[in-house]
Amino acid sequence: MIRFDHVTKTYDGQRRAALADIDVEIAKGEFVFLVGASGSGKSTFLRLILREQRPTKGRVFVAGRELNKLATWKVPAMRRQIGTVFQDFRLLPNKTVTENVAFALQVIGKPASTIKRVVPEVLELVGLNGKGSRLPEELSGGEQQRVAIARAFVNRPMILIADEPTGNLDPTTSVGIMKLLDRINRADTTVLMATHDSTIVDQMRKRVIELDDGLVVRDQSRGVYGYQ
Amino acid sequence: MRFRHILSETRAGLLQNLTMTLGVVMTMWVSLSLFGAGLLANQQVDLMKGRWYDKIEISIFLCTKDTRGDQCEPGQDATPAQKDAIRQTLEANPEVAAGGVYFETKEEAYAEFQRAYEGSPIQDSLTAEQMQESFRVKLKNPEQYQGVVSSVVGLEGVQKVQDLHQVLDPVFSALNLLQWATVGASALLLLASALQIGNTIRLATFARRREIGIMRLVGASNFYITVPFLLEAVISALGGIALACLTLAAGVYFWIIRGTRESIRFVAWIGWQQTGAAMLGIVVVGLILAIIPTLITTRRYLRV
Repeated sequence: MIRFDHVTKTYDGQRRAALADIDVEIAKGEFVFLVGASGSGKSTFLRLILREQRPTKGRVFVAGRELNKLATWKVPAMRRQIGTVFQDFRLLPNKTVTENVAFALQVIGKPASTIKRVVPEVLELVGLNGKGSRLPEELSGGEQQRVAIARAFVNRPMILIADEPTGNLDPTTSVGIMKLLDRINRADTTVLMATHDSTIVDQMRKRVIELDDGLVVRDQSRGVYGYQ
Repeated sequence: MRFRHILSETRAGLLQNLTMTLGVVMTMWVSLSLFGAGLLANQQVDLMKGRWYDKIEISIFLCTKDTRGDQCEPGQDATPAQKDAIRQTLEANPEVAAGGVYFETKEEAYAEFQRAYEGSPIQDSLTAEQMQESFRVKLKNPEQYQGVVSSVVGLEGVQKVQDLHQVLDPVFSALNLLQWATVGASALLLLASALQIGNTIRLATFARRREIGIMRLVGASNFYITVPFLLEAVISALGGIALACLTLAAGVYFWIIRGTRESIRFVAWIGWQQTGAAMLGIVVVGLILAIIPTLITTRRYLRV
């Protein structure tokens, strides 16, 4: 599903590579934690998958397609297969919960009838039925993140990327979010989650890819946050 | 659904930046009005030049029953023999360009008169029969006209010899000055409008960076992201275009049609046909001015 083939990424003006000769493959349906200190290359790794950056060397494959060879006009279609969740939720403050989720479908031209049917379904999936008319400021952090997950998942993407989704949440709320991501993963969506949260990584015992200074220093199935 | 969503995004954008939108409308109104005035001045010059200005230097008007002149027989048109004599004199003159002698019949003169004075109060004041036949002469050297004039001015059948350039050039100098002044001023203002539109779009993309970021992430097409900004620019431009067209129409109606056309009747003045052509020019330039800066700015700042 996601393959990095000897990928190096060096930003302009930087001497040190953000990612150095990364060779990693993530299969369909896997749940993978991406761990490492700040500046280890986690964000760059995610940006390359989203084609927000291109590798300096090597090739990145998503769903069998090499991203470097993808024409610019085809990139939006590729991104529809990837849902993204962020630490800061990135909800639209002037839109309700329902409107925030519906927005992701409206901007890709889905018909009103589809939106009307699908949005309540996904809100129920994330545990927010009955809260569709609330504004983001009226929700807790955990609820806002559920809205973000609903928006990322509403189009049933093949891949869900979560960049520190529990970074702004308390431990109890974080557990709830992780259960939701796990449930999404069990529905055969590949989940790739960048995180600093050692508790969650240790609890869930999923595959762990650890980055350090742009290098993969560990790739362990059923791993924990630190070395055992 | 897609179209409705685009329209609602456009409407929200226009309202969000209402003062900037109004600023764009007003700048375009002034710049396009000046540009339109330049186009009208250009058309006025063309109208006054008529059919012959660029082709010939001297016009030799022949006698008719109704005209008076030293070489005219009262109550009589110029005779065929007199016309032949005039033609031979002209064609034999070394200062006349090869093939540069044209004869305009009464009917041709009448048709030109109708065209030039269309809509004017004097349009119906003459008949074809009353028009003067004429010889139109092209010189090898336009400055060497005196010899040609003096060779025909005393011939029988010649009512008047006119050096077109001598009569019209002072007027054209003034009109050309007006034309260049309006074009120059409008060019600067049009450039200002283009920059203003670019800045407005840039600010709009910044104000909506959150929505745009999400649109890019969820896979909205580049077209879908750009279209609301294009529509906003076009709608603002249409406001300016409409006001400029109204200004032009009002100016032509009150100043030309109800004003100078009534008081200075011997000149062919622009009318609604020319105004329509100027308006078309305003629409084309206005839309180009809206679309191109928007495409450049969105390409640069939306990272589409």
